Amino acid sequence: MTRTDPQQEMESIVERALDAAKRAGASQADVLLVQSEDREVRVRGTEIEFVKQAKERGLGIRTLVEGRGGLQTAIVSTSDLAPDAIDRMAGEAVALARATAPDPTAGIPADGFATDLPDLALFDPGDRNVSLEARIDDARRAEAAAREVDPRIDNSEGSQASSGFASITYGNSHGFMSSYDSASHGLFSEPLARDGDSMQRDYWMTAARSLSGLEDAASVGRRAAQRVLRRLGAKRIPTCEVPVLFDGITAPSLIGQLTSCLSGYAIYRESSFLKDRLGESIASDLVTIIDDGRLPGALGSKPFDGEGQPTRRNLLVTSGRLESWLLDHYSGRKLGLPSTGSASRGSGSGPHVGTTNLWLEPGEGSLDELISEIDRGLLVTELIGMGFNPTTGDYSRGAVGLWIEKGEIVHPVEEITIAGNLGDMFQQIDRVGSELVWRGRTAAPPLRIAAMTVAGE
Amino acid sequence: MSESNDSQPSAAERGLAFFQDRFDLDDRSLATALDTALEREIDYADLYFEYTTTDSVALEEGIVKSGDRHLEQGVGVRAVKGERQGYAHSDDLSVDGAKIAAGTARAIANEPSTQAPVAIASQTPSHDLYPVELAPTDVPVATKVAWLGEIDAYARAKDSRITQVMASIVCQQKHILIAASDGTRVADILPLVRINVQVLASDGTKREIGYQGAGGRFELGVLQDPARWQALVDEAVRVALLNLDAEPCPAGTMDVVLGPGWPGILLHEAIGHGLEGDFNRKKTSAFSGRLGQRVASEGVTVIDDGTLPGRRGSLNVDDEGTPTQRNVLIENGILVGYMQDRLNAKLMGVAPTGNGRRESYAHVPLPRMTNTFMLAGQDDPEEILKSVDNGLYAVSFAGGQVDITSGKFVFSASEAYRIENGRIGAPVKGATLIGNGPDVLTRVSRIGHDLALDEGVGTCGKDGQGVPVGVGLPTIRIDALTVGGTQG
Repeated sequence: MTRTDPQQEMESIVERALDAAKRAGASQADVLLVQSEDREVRVRGTEIEFVKQAKERGLGIRTLVEGRGGLQTAIVSTSDLAPDAIDRMAGEAVALARATAPDPTAGIPADGFATDLPDLALFDPGDRNVSLEARIDDARRAEAAAREVDPRIDNSEGSQASSGFASITYGNSHGFMSSYDSASHGLFSEPLARDGDSMQRDYWMTAARSLSGLEDAASVGRRAAQRVLRRLGAKRIPTCEVPVLFDGITAPSLIGQLTSCLSGYAIYRESSFLKDRLGESIASDLVTIIDDGRLPGALGSKPFDGEGQPTRRNLLVTSGRLESWLLDHYSGRKLGLPSTGSASRGSGSGPHVGTTNLWLEPGEGSLDELISEIDRGLLVTELIGMGFNPTTGDYSRGAVGLWIEKGEIVHPVEEITIAGNLGDMFQQIDRVGSELVWRGRTAAPPLRIAAMTVAGE
Repeated sequence: MSESNDSQPSAAERGLAFFQDRFDLDDRSLATALDTALEREIDYADLYFEYTTTDSVALEEGIVKSGDRHLEQGVGVRAVKGERQGYAHSDDLSVDGAKIAAGTARAIANEPSTQAPVAIASQTPSHDLYPVELAPTDVPVATKVAWLGEIDAYARAKDSRITQVMASIVCQQKHILIAASDGTRVADILPLVRINVQVLASDGTKREIGYQGAGGRFELGVLQDPARWQALVDEAVRVALLNLDAEPCPAGTMDVVLGPGWPGILLHEAIGHGLEGDFNRKKTSAFSGRLGQRVASEGVTVIDDGTLPGRRGSLNVDDEGTPTQRNVLIENGILVGYMQDRLNAKLMGVAPTGNGRRESYAHVPLPRMTNTFMLAGQDDPEEILKSVDNGLYAVSFAGGQVDITSGKFVFSASEAYRIENGRIGAPVKGATLIGNGPDVLTRVSRIGHDLALDEGVGTCGKDGQGVPVGVGLPTIRIDALTVGGTQG
């Protein structure tokens, strides 16, 4: 990567903050500067309903001062980048740090920083000047396509297009300093369908680092329309225990919930149900889960993490065996392990553990094939509510879906819950489909769980 | 707390002085900025200036490992024409907001304007609901650090099975200034405090979490009273230990009794969101077009009230400068009102209700709830429990969600018990309740006399914006609600 003038300007601001922290008495410091520019438009029917443009900057300064038996830490953040404001905030950070307790584990990484910064295709320079009008046109096309599909689609929450550009600079008192630019574009359509007294909504979306990576706008609208139409006439079903199939929209949430229980913080705080399971079988042998921060053009990619460590490919679960926690520098030290390059950080907070591009390896068979293999069961197309307890693995969420009889979808289902324990659910995955589509930073193919309790009438 | 405080000027007066002294935002500069937006033919423009300091200190493993201070400042500029809104924001808190205002208006309107220049009119707010002598962000960090240490020691001494304690104190002081093309000019200073206590109980084989928090718009000193914070810790410890012994939750349809206070989240999810003006103006809510119809049992009255002194969901004025008020949503079972911001009120031909809220200057206002609760009834809570043969008693909840259009809502219990022959039975874990918003309150068959408001920890999410809210409920019985557990 080559450095641009704006990046040099950002690096000089970070340099100033690091100097100010040092002058104020910090023995270690690191600074993150995020500059972003966002455009967002929404079209509902034929009307432009909303247009938003914004520029934002956020500077986060972490200072560590020597205390008795460890370092004392504080974090301050501001959007005021005037030199005197930076000096003042750095001073406040040091004063705040002195009021906290020394922590023998605290500190910023001393080495291992990213040296080679690969070009990860995080933005397309040609997209930089995308006009509001062009994105309004995308939203219009999605909205029109959704409404053309069927006369029962006569209303919507609108179709929304967004384009965001960010520049990130990170530097620390060990001499690491680097920057990268990224972009993220999206298109989202949410039509409503009506049949008699029944009204339903559903959505479809696409997101990518470049405009050319987005699904065609009309296709987004049409797929949203198809999803909402098939929800019309939804029924409740009696309480039962059946095989449950998650589609490519709902399966990623299971992967995200499992992986949140692999965070080093959840492990040393004993708040993960997987705390004692490293190296053991925690899932069916069909399950392989990977987090990789260096996939070219992917939405979760970045050349270095929130502490300047190189991102990498982390094998988390292979054929059901738990291979690794996800760690930043601090949680790694707590567990006596090196960072996995998984520090995630925003300008307003300290580092914590996050995923990059997280997915479950695909298996065989399309969603239709997986449906055809089920004699009596449920396909889950949307989940609502937060019913997951990471400490115990207990899982119970509201669901919307399609009822399957003899390998065919027979009717939509609503006002039901599905419940189990996430650990048992992963052990009971007995089918993994072949379709892996990225719509965000986490992706999973369709998954079948052999049996779950479905609560209904 | 009282509504008037003679010892200092009102929050509105202090807020105006703050922006004028620090950022030179006087009436003339505000009018100039608004005039720039009005160069195009639009209906309305407003400016929202914000300067917010948020401090937090957090303890784990017996020590306060970090202190955080977050300063957020900026201006949001909005131009409105019909259903169209143009919005722009900048972290440059000055009258230069005028420059982006022009661009915002251009995005939604092409016609040059014929409107007269803006005349800023001073507005006297009707409330001063959260006067504080000492801003929570001015409480010394050392005081908070020492207090967290006491919480940790107290929690660990309660029971040897408590193996982890996480506690935090979050203090915020938010200054806002709102100016609009109709002449509105109003400021406010909003304090907000919150304390969180989470403990982990372990009996060697099982581990469970217990959480309790409290907060509101008042001085931090209110929570520093040992009787108050020790009760919170007691509660967190009790719930964690209780859940160690909890059984799997039954699944299926059964009669449910909700305890007083925080279970009011039911009203928020099942009813509240569906009565927000935007969804009803667009006819995307399951409650659209149902004003005047029965949506709840007789005796059920639901209120949204932004004027309760010191409450987490209260506001002197909403984020568009409209004074908050007490809004009756459901009166004796009949739907009588929606919650409105200015845009949706105008398009629906009704008055704004003081519910236009936004997370920050970086967000557009939306119709949102404040403090939402059901009025007390006549029934004795003990008698309500005795009236159920077999069912579920849900006392506390972790959170919920609703699909506005289908009306289906869900919420997850963090403390619940079986009811067996009118008696509270074994604790159960992982209970999720699911139902249909327009229908669920018609199944309310008993209403207790014990209305309670929650402890002040609620945050509501909508369109990616989080705002502090309150809820409240008396003990109620709901007939035939679906409970999602694992025991079929």
